[in-house]
Amino acid sequence: MRILVCIKRVPAPGSRINVCDDGQAVDTAHLGFTTSPHEECAVEEAVQIAEEHDGEVTVLTLGPAEAEEQLRYAASVGAHKLVLIPIVDVDWDPQRTASALTTAISDLESSEGPFDLILFGNESADAGGFQVGIRVANALGRPVVNGIKGIDLADGTASARREIDGGFEVYEVPMPAVLGVKEGINLPRYPTMKGRLASKKAEVSSTTLEAPTGGQTRVRLHRPVEQVSETVILGTGPEAAPAVVDLLEELGVLS
Amino acid sequence: MTLLILCDHDRGTLAEASLEALTFGRDLAQRAGLTCEAVLIGDGAESAAGPLAAHGAVRVHLASHAQLTDYGPEAWGETLTQLARSTGATAVMACGTDRGNEVIAHVAARLDEPFVANCIEVTPGDTWTTTRVQWGGSLLEDATLDAGQRLVTVAHHAVEATPADTPADCSLVQFTPDLGEEATRTVVRDRVVLTQGITLATAPVVVGGGRGVGSEDGFAPLEDLAGALGGVVGCSRAVTNNGWRPHSDQVGQTGTRIAPEIYIAAGISGAIQHWVGAMAAKNILAVNTDAEANMVTKAGYAVIGDLHKVIPAITEEVARRKG
Repeated sequence: MRILVCIKRVPAPGSRINVCDDGQAVDTAHLGFTTSPHEECAVEEAVQIAEEHDGEVTVLTLGPAEAEEQLRYAASVGAHKLVLIPIVDVDWDPQRTASALTTAISDLESSEGPFDLILFGNESADAGGFQVGIRVANALGRPVVNGIKGIDLADGTASARREIDGGFEVYEVPMPAVLGVKEGINLPRYPTMKGRLASKKAEVSSTTLEAPTGGQTRVRLHRPVEQVSETVILGTGPEAAPAVVDLLEELGVLS
Repeated sequence: MTLLILCDHDRGTLAEASLEALTFGRDLAQRAGLTCEAVLIGDGAESAAGPLAAHGAVRVHLASHAQLTDYGPEAWGETLTQLARSTGATAVMACGTDRGNEVIAHVAARLDEPFVANCIEVTPGDTWTTTRVQWGGSLLEDATLDAGQRLVTVAHHAVEATPADTPADCSLVQFTPDLGEEATRTVVRDRVVLTQGITLATAPVVVGGGRGVGSEDGFAPLEDLAGALGGVVGCSRAVTNNGWRPHSDQVGQTGTRIAPEIYIAAGISGAIQHWVGAMAAKNILAVNTDAEANMVTKAGYAVIGDLHKVIPAITEEVARRKG
């Protein structure tokens, strides 16, 4: 069982996001970085599947050279092979990203054999384009379903569950397949000390690729106009309860 | 010169979000000189067509096929692609829900066109300019869209669904796509119902707990209050990461977007990840010991205090008034 996970390095903001003066990127001067949450779960899912089915997990990212940090983190929680497509620009548009990833995946498959399963995150935490995995799957001619919060593999079929309001939809996807997973599919493990040490020595293969730009072009990033609203303090401590219930009555939710 | 708007439905029940897309789309169509046409795909779709004319659709394309028994991202994407080709549509849009973004991405991949997801503004022209949301709505991106056929989704909750001043004189047109095995391999095969009745996404009252709740057991008083108000309990990402609540209870960018009449956020600091899931709530009451917490400063109402004392007191007061 060969599994590929495509991940993205994203800033880890707290309560406020600031933008660089040129409007082209998030100001990350005082921010840490992390793996986009859906993709962190995709790595965990791949490692769990590999553990169960005697598989091998490759993790691929397109990003700055520093994205090596996120690849090594994936190794520390069980990924076997790491591949970086380094880019200099801030962020590639979705078509360009998908095109480069498709080339990289095709190259990996011709040298090392086909992947039975390719996992993406449902969407990246930052740009949130909701399309790269679907474009790659389409280019590779493979079935793809997004929004997946449960995967069972049996007899060449991926049974995949997607959360809808109040339940799940079930898809039976023939492999090789592509799935876009969502956080909540599992609770990712923390790296062990042994895993951390091993990840420092893991080999990261780097492959430089070019791809044509797509038709969506960033003009600028900006923060939405904040609705400045004065917070009405209803009180302090349990003595505020009557004022709260007055409000609930006023809103008509006290039926 | 057509704007096609995919209207999502679940086995004949129209998704409310589709009316947001129509509301947004009919205005865009008017500014761009396009006709606003709706698309419904699959079995039972016709019964969802009722409100579409009132919301500005001058034509409803009803796509049917023996294999379109239920939702399928590839089948719907392929169907919409074929319709976009046969109508020569100038633009194709949907609401930026899970399904809307997924289907339009499939259309984009098939047409090899750009796709701008989750727009809150679109200005037509030779090149369209768009404003779209990033980080679940905490950041905006202005982007140009240079395409043969323009593909966009409108961010969910960006507009309120409102009927047009005068309902359109609307016609129904049948469309039969040509679908092979490849398109139908991802049609929904089964469904599992976990909750009946109100859910986090639809509840009129949500009582949310964050790190400040302190433990799995600490949620009992929140459950009591939610029960007394006919609402449900939600939580922050810190809570699901600690394993105190299932991920299906998470309110946030990677969880559920809620839109209740009131959201009572207890012991939640209000990081961006959480805020974007809560910001569509009509009213927010923060309960926090820290008067400077982001959740408190952004909320319309706040109680400063320990949630472990405040929440039970509110529950008692509710019970007292209900008699």
